[in-house]
Amino acid sequence: MDQALSFALLAVGLALASSLVSCFAARFPCLLRLVALPVFALAGLAALVAGVVALWDGGTATMTLPLGLPWLPWQLHLDALAGFFLAIIGIVGAAAGIFAPAYVRGIERSSESLPMLGGFTGLFLSGMLLVVLAGDAFLFMVAWELMSLSSYFLVAFHHEHAANRRAAFLYLLMAHIGGLSILLGYGVLASFGGGFAFTAMRAAELTPGWASVAFALAFVGFGMKAGLVPLHAWLPEAHPVAPSHISALMSGVMLKVAVYGFIRFVFDLTGEIQWQWGVAVLAIGSLSALMGVLYALMQHDLKRLLAYSSVENLGIIFIGLGLSLLYLGTGHRLLGALALVAALYHSLNHALFKGLLFLGAGAILHSAHERDLEHMGGLLRRMPWTGLLFLIGCLSIAALPPFNGFVSEWLTFQASLQAWQLDSGVLRALIPIVAATLALTGALAALCFVKVYGIAFLGQARTRHVRRARPVPSSMRAGQAVLAVGCVLLGVLPTAVVALLSVIPEQILGHGLPQATAHGWLWLTPVAPETGSYSAPLVVALLAAMAVAAAWLWRRGVVRRVRRGDPWDCGFAMPSSRMQYTATAFAQPVRRVFGLLFRIDESVETDNKGVLRHRLAVHDRAWTLLYLPIARLVDAGVRRIVRLQSGNVRIYLGWTLATLLVLLWIIS
Amino acid sequence: MDYLLTFLPWLLAAVQALLYLALAPLLAGWLRRIKARLQNRRGPSLWQPYRDLYKLFGKEARVATTASPLFRAAPYIVFVATWLAAATVPLIAVDLPTAMVADIIVLAGLLALARFFLALAGMDIGTAFGGMGASREMLVSALAEPAMLMAVFTLAMTAHSTNLASMIDAQLAAGLVLRPSFLFALGALVLVAIAETGRIPVDNPATHLELTMIHEAMILEYSGRHLALMEWAAQIKLVLYGALIANVFFPWGIAQSTAPTALATGALVILLKLLALAVALAISETVLAKMRFFRAPALLNLALLLALLGLLGHVILEVGS
Repeated sequence: MDQALSFALLAVGLALASSLVSCFAARFPCLLRLVALPVFALAGLAALVAGVVALWDGGTATMTLPLGLPWLPWQLHLDALAGFFLAIIGIVGAAAGIFAPAYVRGIERSSESLPMLGGFTGLFLSGMLLVVLAGDAFLFMVAWELMSLSSYFLVAFHHEHAANRRAAFLYLLMAHIGGLSILLGYGVLASFGGGFAFTAMRAAELTPGWASVAFALAFVGFGMKAGLVPLHAWLPEAHPVAPSHISALMSGVMLKVAVYGFIRFVFDLTGEIQWQWGVAVLAIGSLSALMGVLYALMQHDLKRLLAYSSVENLGIIFIGLGLSLLYLGTGHRLLGALALVAALYHSLNHALFKGLLFLGAGAILHSAHERDLEHMGGLLRRMPWTGLLFLIGCLSIAALPPFNGFVSEWLTFQASLQAWQLDSGVLRALIPIVAATLALTGALAALCFVKVYGIAFLGQARTRHVRRARPVPSSMRAGQAVLAVGCVLLGVLPTAVVALLSVIPEQILGHGLPQATAHGWLWLTPVAPETGSYSAPLVVALLAAMAVAAAWLWRRGVVRRVRRGDPWDCGFAMPSSRMQYTATAFAQPVRRVFGLLFRIDESVETDNKGVLRHRLAVHDRAWTLLYLPIARLVDAGVRRIVRLQSGNVRIYLGWTLATLLVLLWIIS
Repeated sequence: MDYLLTFLPWLLAAVQALLYLALAPLLAGWLRRIKARLQNRRGPSLWQPYRDLYKLFGKEARVATTASPLFRAAPYIVFVATWLAAATVPLIAVDLPTAMVADIIVLAGLLALARFFLALAGMDIGTAFGGMGASREMLVSALAEPAMLMAVFTLAMTAHSTNLASMIDAQLAAGLVLRPSFLFALGALVLVAIAETGRIPVDNPATHLELTMIHEAMILEYSGRHLALMEWAAQIKLVLYGALIANVFFPWGIAQSTAPTALATGALVILLKLLALAVALAISETVLAKMRFFRAPALLNLALLLALLGLLGHVILEVGS
């Protein structure tokens, strides 16, 4: 276990080194590409090794750093949960590190802020690693802020556009409100535990009321970072505007760090779990999953669509966590462990396929200079490798067997189908509704990614620059391939992964999944073999066997030739690329069926030349229902306070004195 | 002997999978024939679908110049995924190993996989019809899939298992009990089956040139063996849903052992059940008119509502007692 910790420290060190090297990139631009980013990839690899070793070993390791405040040295703590999230950070970090050099090469000549890009990328990674490694709330918050602030500068990287600056500011604001909430949550735990170390918090006995307060603060804080509805509105603004490998890190990994924080805080530190928390998490999780996918469907900017889809997937993860809280709160420890493993599995899966898809979007951006789906088309024939890897990502995210997204969704369904064991009729009725939402979400996600793949990669190119797209450099393909291989392996060998993951509930809940892997590596049986089993390797083997049988049958005595000709299209004129379905048209039925959930501005105008113009804009309701009212309220409040600002120093001093007196009076 | 005992179930499963292949065109032919009779036509022979498939396999496949490799791979993926999904549904005997490999959620997943590639193939050529069909098919299935899962979850919760074989066993063990939740689930599953297999009133399988077509619009560009595979997959899907409804809700007669007499009875009984279901479908298709596309979501919402009512009725009323 100490080995794992030293690998983790190596990863932090390498990330900081990459950041340091980048500082010199202003003088020597190639330094970033040739040294800093490879070191960054190595840091990811070290974190992956550390995480896998920690999971394999199953123990814990602690260490006190000679840093921090004199009476509060920073503590590092590595257990299976932290190790798992280290592995997530590591694998996507490594893939991003492999992908990025080709991207940097493209901007090397033109951009003057290379040191900023490389420096903050390294800091971002080390911040995330330290959050996961933190053994006390103090280091946790410092690392959390390091992660938030460094990613702010990355979001603002293309700051020449006003919209990007606005998105970055919104991100900063929301990150700080969330951070404040988390800080207060830790404050509650620390006041009961008598210290900032996690060990002290774990030992503390909270009253149920204060425990709920701590839970609510943590849920708001971590939920804001995880982009849960209705606090999600910053996410689709901020994630897409960063460079693509940073988007992959933010969507794939940083959101998972929020999930880690939530699990650590609620499952590990808070103590006695109450089932009411599960209900709250389930409700918010289902809402996020459904709204996330519906809004994703309405987007035609590829990266923005992927960001909304992250909201959906985080919703699915929180459905798993909510189920787990509910089962644990009612004393069903096995089911709680199962739901937690499902949520963790989905966290890993989402990191892989969302990382893969964002890197794919980056590859398209690199070679076709296009983010808008409406201008793409036919990219599969222009960039076959990216097309194939992106297809794997789409199949995984659409939760189709035998890929990885399906496994975690299957586990979540299995957990929700055990609802009959609950005593309360209301809760038994609640869970099936959540399961229905999950099923709807999954089906809509398939719709969404048929749209993405069909519009972007199939059909014919809709614009000239997309028609001229070239395959991307092999390093970019390698970055995507790493994640695609992960998607396939996690889909085909789920039993091995679940066996590794079941250490986590064993450690923090005291109950693992004894049955899940008891029937050999072929069979995944979460509760018992009679209750439900899935054998991904056999599904793949049978699919392959049937394909071979089919091919053998039809290749005998049948005309094997294929003749190429014009499309048939019911005998209409030869279709041009403008006659294809567009992304907006593809999603139109959904817009119509779920119309009430969107704010749609649609109008047909005639300009003075008599040309008809159709305008359509779909807005996020969270803005009008939550953000703008709060902004208006704050604005009105600030207007009142502004009266204090007279410009006279003596009056300011008077206010300061009065505040001091009041504070002294309260303390005494 | 032990060797034989472990392999016999797999052998039986393989036979059953082949039976799905063999039976699928027959059911399609029977359905067409009954429909023709109901419309006072003589209709084609029962064996016509076999002849059609044979003819298509013998023809040269023509592929548009704008097609990508995915277009040529899709028919195989669609066919194999549908076939494997069917192979997991017990047809003449329960307790087959294939039901262990893939439970009811995997079955829905395999059907979704087939649909995913079907829709992508529709969009590949870049014709307006293909995109339209894909968009509509995906919406219909997006609304139908949760209803289907909820309907089978009702049964799964009763049987405490998502394994189809266990569900059928539990149903047989319980005997003929009228459960309100099952009625709701049955209603939902029937509506889903109609929508998913592209029958009237959601889609019209007999059309080839109509602005309202869904399934046909996606496979317009296919010909030769590719078209044969797509058609055959659609026929298998129809048998799959028929077998699912027949065997899960009315499992009586299905073989519970591997004795030859039990298997023969099982085969005969399922054939009769499927033919009876096809007659019911033919009658409903003759009586009903095709809906406008945007009326279909209402139908599917009804299915989802029925399924949810069934599930809620089960967890609230039947679990506690």
